[in-house]
Amino acid sequence: MSNAMTGAAGRAVAVALALALAVPAHGTPPAAPLKATVSHWWTSGGESAAIRQFADAFTRAGGQWIDQAVAGADQSRASTINRIVGGNAPVAAQFNTSKQFRDIVDQGLLNDVDDVAARGNWDRILPQTIIDAIKINGHYYAAPVDIHMPAWFFYSKAAYAKAGIKAEPASFDEFMGHLDRLKRAGLIPLAFGGQVWQEKILFDAVFALVGGPDLYLRIYRDRDVKAVHSPAFRDVLVKFKRLRAYTDPGAPGRNWNDATALVVSGRAGVQIMGDWAKGEFTTAGQVAGREFGCFPGFGPKAPYVVAGDAFVFPKTGKPHVVKAQKLLATVMTAPGPQVEFSARKGSIPIRPDVDVSKLDLCARMGIEIMADKTRQLPNTEMLLDPDLNGALQDVLTNYWNRNETPERAQQAFAQAMKDNTW
Amino acid sequence: MALVALGAYVLTMLWTARVSLSSARIFPTGDFVGLGQYERLFRNARWLLSLENLAVYGVLFIALCLVLGFLLAVFIDQQVAGEGMLRTIFLYPYAMSFVATGLVWQWILNPGLGIQQVARNLGFDDFTFDWIVQQDTVLYTIVIATVWQASGLVMALLLSGLRGIDEELWKATRIDGIPKWRVYVSIVLPMLWPSVSTALILLFVMVVKLFDAVVAMTQGGPGTASEVPAKFIMDYLFGRANVGLASAASIVLLLTVLAIVAPLYYARSRALERSRA
Repeated sequence: MSNAMTGAAGRAVAVALALALAVPAHGTPPAAPLKATVSHWWTSGGESAAIRQFADAFTRAGGQWIDQAVAGADQSRASTINRIVGGNAPVAAQFNTSKQFRDIVDQGLLNDVDDVAARGNWDRILPQTIIDAIKINGHYYAAPVDIHMPAWFFYSKAAYAKAGIKAEPASFDEFMGHLDRLKRAGLIPLAFGGQVWQEKILFDAVFALVGGPDLYLRIYRDRDVKAVHSPAFRDVLVKFKRLRAYTDPGAPGRNWNDATALVVSGRAGVQIMGDWAKGEFTTAGQVAGREFGCFPGFGPKAPYVVAGDAFVFPKTGKPHVVKAQKLLATVMTAPGPQVEFSARKGSIPIRPDVDVSKLDLCARMGIEIMADKTRQLPNTEMLLDPDLNGALQDVLTNYWNRNETPERAQQAFAQAMKDNTW
Repeated sequence: MALVALGAYVLTMLWTARVSLSSARIFPTGDFVGLGQYERLFRNARWLLSLENLAVYGVLFIALCLVLGFLLAVFIDQQVAGEGMLRTIFLYPYAMSFVATGLVWQWILNPGLGIQQVARNLGFDDFTFDWIVQQDTVLYTIVIATVWQASGLVMALLLSGLRGIDEELWKATRIDGIPKWRVYVSIVLPMLWPSVSTALILLFVMVVKLFDAVVAMTQGGPGTASEVPAKFIMDYLFGRANVGLASAASIVLLLTVLAIVAPLYYARSRALERSRA
């Protein structure tokens, strides 16, 4: 409690100070090279190798990268916001491609990167889902750096062979049949970590595939309460819950990478997780298409759920800082650094005009799918405010973990949508 | 000094109270929405559940810590050999961070890795101890782990109280032929009230701020079964960017603490006065 109070109060004091000290800054001569403090949460092995690609490219372009990694996305974002309010903002800071930074934009605390976007032709080359998230009131307030799809299916070829499964499933029912066969073969059918956000990823994957993009958008984008009460949404809930029987008793509380390790070792059949899971396979020396397989859903029309990361540029009047911000935005979105970054991060580049030969099978598949605009589907963070997204997570985790009817979950889902909108 | 303390505590509390009446999201804002956040808060099933969890947890945790701590203190007070070592062993858990020990407890209790798996490997195929993955028992696993951590502290407090008791009292009761357990329960325990009430207040504070143990062991799960108010507040403050609702929750928690600790504190100072008089 004391933390919570000092947190809120600290920010309050900081706001007051920031307002009092908001004197226009002049006079600091532009020093070469262009220094940029960059705040982000990429601390694992693959992640830091990925961001080093941006840092190196920035150095080559005449900048000086000062790395400020904070472990944990929530902590990193909280520190960025505190520093913006406190008047000591980083030159660039990571957020997810989502509504997470909408409040900061509304408060007028970010610089736009419209001229970088215009020069880079972002309007034409970026997927619409990403433009919708970062272009606010006609201005680009963030530089997108990657596209993650949180709903990939990763399966162990050894486990599939042991269960006698020949082909990837083409429908949800076929998938259930495969899970049954994996179970009979004495394996954990579905590798899973029972943490709230992982349950949400699983649910949204089922929702997009079983409910279809139309229902998904009607509920998450249009907040259509009637759609929440529809039989189609009930069916999504029922099918989601059926998967629970195929997880193992050790799942609750398990980390996602420990769940991936079950697939890597062939003890479990399949995991539904974001493409960052590829890092675990790579570290174990496995290659996509050889030891493990990946598919983005069922059938040739499965939607590609788009998530990702972006960097925002806190407001400043200092010309050399603005210059550094624009240089960063340019470098991060350029084709060369994009492909080097994605190859290590496990994501796909934000633009289609890159050399894909360095990327793995799954990433190449992803780029191919992204070419078809009708298959792109924004993830819920792009459509919902963080607190509504969280409230829906609460509803789903209760439904998943308790003996609760789908009707009760529909009710709670609708109630959360009403309660979390001012 | 007093002014700084006043500023730091009272002003921040007032500020939090003010923010709880606004629609603040990432940033504190100045608008006024009345008790809207409180209404939302008490419609929020997760908040209600976290209060309920805190009550159940608090009663069990405090009771078990007191009983266990008292028994340990009495045991050490028997002039056992190696007293210094035993004291260190019992007090040691309290010195460790719960983020580390919570992870260890999570492994011990995990049905796939810990006690259950060990017993099954030993041939007890039906042995089941999976409280940590069950909705209705997960809270007790947190009680077990935190009692393990905190009862040493109670032991230390009560032991110093026991050592303060006059040898003459023991001689007198021996002459009267009163059994030892009876002396502890009926005479010594009431004399220990100042130590016990200190322990109570410390334990109560630990209950209210319960956070790291839950995060390290269960992350509030499975589902929301082991959710607690402090974690609720942190989630809404940072991950969910809803400062207004988090502030309302902090204020509710603060009022609850005042309602319970104030009488306790009053009783304690009365007792101290009486013992001095």
